Amino acid sequence: MEDVIKLHYVVPGDDFTRAGAASGDVKRTLKQLGISPAVIRNVSIAMYEGEINMVIHAGGGEIDVEITENGIKMALADKGPGIANVELAMKEGYSTAPDNIRNLGFGAGMGLPNIKKYTDDFRIETAVGVGTTLFLNVNIQ
Amino acid sequence: MTVKELAQRLQLKILTEIDEDKEVTGCYSGDLLSWVMSKAKMGDVWLTVMGNVNAVAVAVLTECACIVLTENAALDEQAKQKAELQGVTFLQSDRNAYELSVEIAKLI
Repeated sequence: MEDVIKLHYVVPGDDFTRAGAASGDVKRTLKQLGISPAVIRNVSIAMYEGEINMVIHAGGGEIDVEITENGIKMALADKGPGIANVELAMKEGYSTAPDNIRNLGFGAGMGLPNIKKYTDDFRIETAVGVGTTLFLNVNIQ
Repeated sequence: MTVKELAQRLQLKILTEIDEDKEVTGCYSGDLLSWVMSKAKMGDVWLTVMGNVNAVAVAVLTECACIVLTENAALDEQAKQKAELQGVTFLQSDRNAYELSVEIAKLI
């Protein structure tokens, strides 16, 4: 049977100091497993952007990661406001982040486009008033 | 060139501990973190005005050699603590990103 490593993280809302903890931990785990730097970078960027989105927009959320010999699967789920127009949210440069977030260096409208760019599979499930879940996969060649 | 040599040559103020052997291989300038995390490369000197905890996370993610805060931009206390913990070097200069880029290009 194929070995699977499962990891679970809770991302607290409105706490920028903790954002990056989950992606940092996954990065360390992948390094220990000897995964290639390119794959590690892709996973880390996608997850960190996801974490930041949860902190900025959704009051936190939860992340599940599954590492197999074929790739890294991530599910990032929040119970935030949901995304009214996914097509617009996927457009580079479009952002609904408030000014105080922009002052921190975020809100460039690159979050979701970056996540898509650095993953091999990208699926988004969202409903206004219910929340958003991203299903991501990065292949290990 | 190492981060330590760079700091000496450009007379940069050292704000957090320096990893003596860390090599500088390039340079990237920018303040929008999503942009930086997707474009900056391992070994880059990162020139920015962002001295907050998120910059620390991006530095760890990109494995850049060090962060240089341009035009005396401040490093906040929380970021300093996190940087020390994660081995991220913050340097600081009164010069702007353009002036520093020109100098760094001559050195590496």
